[in-house]
Amino acid sequence: MSSFYTASDHFVLIPAIMLALFGCAVLLFDLLVEPRQRKYLVLLVTAGEIFTGVALVRQQMYLSANGLSQLAAFQGSLTVDGFAIFFNWIFLAATLIVAMVSYKYLDIAGEHHGEYYGLLLLAQCGMFFLAAGTDLITLFIGLELMALCFYVMVGFLRTEKRSNEAAMKYLLLGAFSSGFLVYGFSVMYGISGSTKLADVASAIGSRQPWDPVVFLAMVTTTVGLLFKISAVPFHMWAPDAYEGAPTTVTAYLSVASKAASMAFLLRIFLGPLAPARVSWEWLLSAVAIATMTVGNLAAINQNNIKRLLAYSSISHAGYMLLGLIAGNDTGIKGVAVYVLVYTFMNLGAFLVVVALRRKDIIGEELDDIAGLIHRSPGYASLMLIFLLSLAGIPPTAGFLGKYYIFLSLVETQHYTLAVIAVLYVAVAIYYYFRIVRAMFIRDAADRVPLASSLGLRVALGVSGVLTLGIGIYPEPFLQMAQVSLMR
Amino acid sequence: MDQHLLSLVLFTPLAGLVVLLLIPSRQKDLIRVWANLVGFVGFLISLPLVSRFDRSAGGFQMVERAGWIPSLGAQYLVGIDGISLLLIMLTTLVGFLAILSSWTAIQDRVKEYYAMFLLLQTGMLGVFMALDFFLFYVFWELVLVPMYFIIGVWGGPRKLYAAIKFFLYTLAGSVLMLLGILTLYFQHAQQFGSYTFEISELMKLDLPLGMQQWVFWAFFLGFAIKVPMFPFHTWLPDAHVEAPTAGSVILASVLLKMGTYGFIRFSLPLLPKASMDATIVKTLAVLSIIGIIYGALVSLMQADWKKLVAYSSVSHLGFCTLGIFALNPNGLAGSVMQQLNHGISTGMLFLIIGVLYERRHTREIAEYGGLAHVMPKYAVVFAIAMLSSAGLPLLNGFVGEFTILQGAFEASHVWAAFAVTGVILGAAYLLWLYQRTMLGQVTNGKNLHLADLSPRELAVFLPLMAWALWIGVYPKPYFEILEKPVAQIVERVRPGYFQGAAQAARTSPAEVVAGVR
Repeated sequence: MSSFYTASDHFVLIPAIMLALFGCAVLLFDLLVEPRQRKYLVLLVTAGEIFTGVALVRQQMYLSANGLSQLAAFQGSLTVDGFAIFFNWIFLAATLIVAMVSYKYLDIAGEHHGEYYGLLLLAQCGMFFLAAGTDLITLFIGLELMALCFYVMVGFLRTEKRSNEAAMKYLLLGAFSSGFLVYGFSVMYGISGSTKLADVASAIGSRQPWDPVVFLAMVTTTVGLLFKISAVPFHMWAPDAYEGAPTTVTAYLSVASKAASMAFLLRIFLGPLAPARVSWEWLLSAVAIATMTVGNLAAINQNNIKRLLAYSSISHAGYMLLGLIAGNDTGIKGVAVYVLVYTFMNLGAFLVVVALRRKDIIGEELDDIAGLIHRSPGYASLMLIFLLSLAGIPPTAGFLGKYYIFLSLVETQHYTLAVIAVLYVAVAIYYYFRIVRAMFIRDAADRVPLASSLGLRVALGVSGVLTLGIGIYPEPFLQMAQVSLMR
Repeated sequence: MDQHLLSLVLFTPLAGLVVLLLIPSRQKDLIRVWANLVGFVGFLISLPLVSRFDRSAGGFQMVERAGWIPSLGAQYLVGIDGISLLLIMLTTLVGFLAILSSWTAIQDRVKEYYAMFLLLQTGMLGVFMALDFFLFYVFWELVLVPMYFIIGVWGGPRKLYAAIKFFLYTLAGSVLMLLGILTLYFQHAQQFGSYTFEISELMKLDLPLGMQQWVFWAFFLGFAIKVPMFPFHTWLPDAHVEAPTAGSVILASVLLKMGTYGFIRFSLPLLPKASMDATIVKTLAVLSIIGIIYGALVSLMQADWKKLVAYSSVSHLGFCTLGIFALNPNGLAGSVMQQLNHGISTGMLFLIIGVLYERRHTREIAEYGGLAHVMPKYAVVFAIAMLSSAGLPLLNGFVGEFTILQGAFEASHVWAAFAVTGVILGAAYLLWLYQRTMLGQVTNGKNLHLADLSPRELAVFLPLMAWALWIGVYPKPYFEILEKPVAQIVERVRPGYFQGAAQAARTSPAEVVAGVR
């Protein structure tokens, strides 16, 4: 029998340990600092991320030095591989960016509490398990850790009705969908007698693809997963939760939670469910089409920017699913690249909305962003880049994500899906350009420049540079994604 | 320097744009001077392209190659042949003149205006230079954004509608084209084991007719919407009418040529079997002829001066596509000439409208009449532009249209017969327009004291008029430049065409035009 908690187990777990430790440390330090000094907690978050980052780099170097493709721990319930490291970098970047912009926003909203930063780090800790977990129980615990933090953060504006309503909806539907997921997991356990993904995969592989029990496990698991990535028809929570949550949390929810859920989904569909591909390919195709359709069409006449971006992010989930449906190397790489570029462009777009918030103005309507070019030309130009990227217009990063998805569909001869997917790009440009039109062509109600803080400027700068930079010179990032594929 | 001449031409506007952004937006005159300077320098440094160009050599010249995204097989690969050379010269000249013509017309948000123009300039030049499909696509899409803003911010009353319509139409076409590109890219990897977007590599592909047809239609949607061919032309009148003068000029002179250029550079050589397919050729020819006649008829009925010229573009571009799908040297060479000529003459026509619009702020034809008495210089310029557009011999329009008709006649007598009616109708709507606006007595009191052309305005027209006259009187060098590339494309699409060409009818286009005179 193998021993419990070996040195190599510890090595694999360090990033999660760092995140949990610093998450708790933030809660303790919060008791020591004056309310006015809470913004220095961001430095603590940054320190935590530096330690996490160092741990990730060490894992990466260990893998490449020993020529390993993966390093399993805890009897195979956690696995560090290129895939996990790639996604963890995305979580790290997203958390750091969100933490940097939050202090100013929370100050203005009058709800600046230290727990917020603790929750950020703990949520990221959950994400670590989602990307690295190779055991049903580990994955589920990671998911719940992440989700619980989000339930609290969505309702963080305690005195605002909207925020409370959003949190309640998100909690109820989230719990419901977790139920489905666990039910699916229990059936998988029933089939295989094990919670290890590899065992489940071989057990499912030994059965017929249309085996009713396998089908049951597949459908219930899929429902749970689709909820998490807000795919149609389980998307209803997203617009409400996105609109009601503090904008910084919306940004975090829309990128980090989606990235983690995509990692989780890939682990499940490329692992245990891979042998039953014929039974879920059509299902996911239908879901992807419906997701792109509903997301894109519903976004068209939204006047609240957050709701508009919420629907747009639903449609992006549809595009990501297409890469999985194609299922070849290009497709999986496409999902990875898509998640990467989506993180920065979508964060960027939400950050501009964060900047619109003022003491007396919520700043989420299209009217609030009108004439932004006259008020803050820098913000307006950056927003233009983010929106072009979201739409997938070269030479921005978003094009690259879509490029891989489209290519994988062409390669696997899913021509109908490809045509539908590209035509929705033209639909998407319409609603993204409603924002552009408001910013550049309409007149501003006043000429007050946007709220700004050092953190916000840095965060926006980083997102903007990456969104444009990855688009113009993507080579290093593509190599990174390539490494993540070596499984 | 010499090896990087194309890059220099390509990135001069972009470099100018970066400097422009550093100028504070209050200093409008400084911004204007700088933008004009960049436009002028951009034109000057493109001149050596002509002298360095070796017209006796086939293939692409001044090729520059650099790695860009090795993971995708995309490169920075630019080069020109005779066809792209002419279109690049058109772009640099018209681009500069459009910037020059905006001096007084644009008073609002001057900095952003010129920034958009310079970005547009780089995008258009890139389209005509790129020899890598990925690079091409990036430039192709890059053009959309500045044009959206030029129409949407500085346009007329219905600018928002026109701008987004332009964007959506072209984007819908180009994303489908992207699927076609990806299909070729993937097929190349299947057949040769390497991923590349290089055009000359993709030309080695041997695809079955069925797949070529699918890819052809995907390309067709991208290019035909841009041209625009009937029935995809509906965005054009809106965009033209609402755009500011310089925007219309660029749109008509250069942007539309991206579509026809796409057919010549990509559809024909990459998909030779589909391009020879009887159904496809017939469909394209019929659509072109419908465009020619429909565009001309609608032009006849317009009460709005600018809309008239916009629809005339549909008609003239119909000639261009008809020439391409005649698939013979005369047709193709004539098509490129006509693209150049349309750029010159329609550019002039839009500038002429702009001059008057700045003075009177209306484009209703009925508002004008007898202007020749008030603005004699203006009337002369307009006459030359109008006659060049109508295809009067000794002016440029004739050279292109005649050669196209020659090619069309060789392909099918019926096509030529229908297309000729377009020439007649073209003369009709243009002469009638001239008569209604310029001749007779001054009918509207408001027009009595209009100022004639200023020296700056005249300076905008002079180079274009000179060019029109040059092409009209002595087109031989142009046909010499086009001879090699056109022959290569025809040989690619119709192997053996030139072996059987001993027969008398197929003389070279230059001799044909010379013979007619």
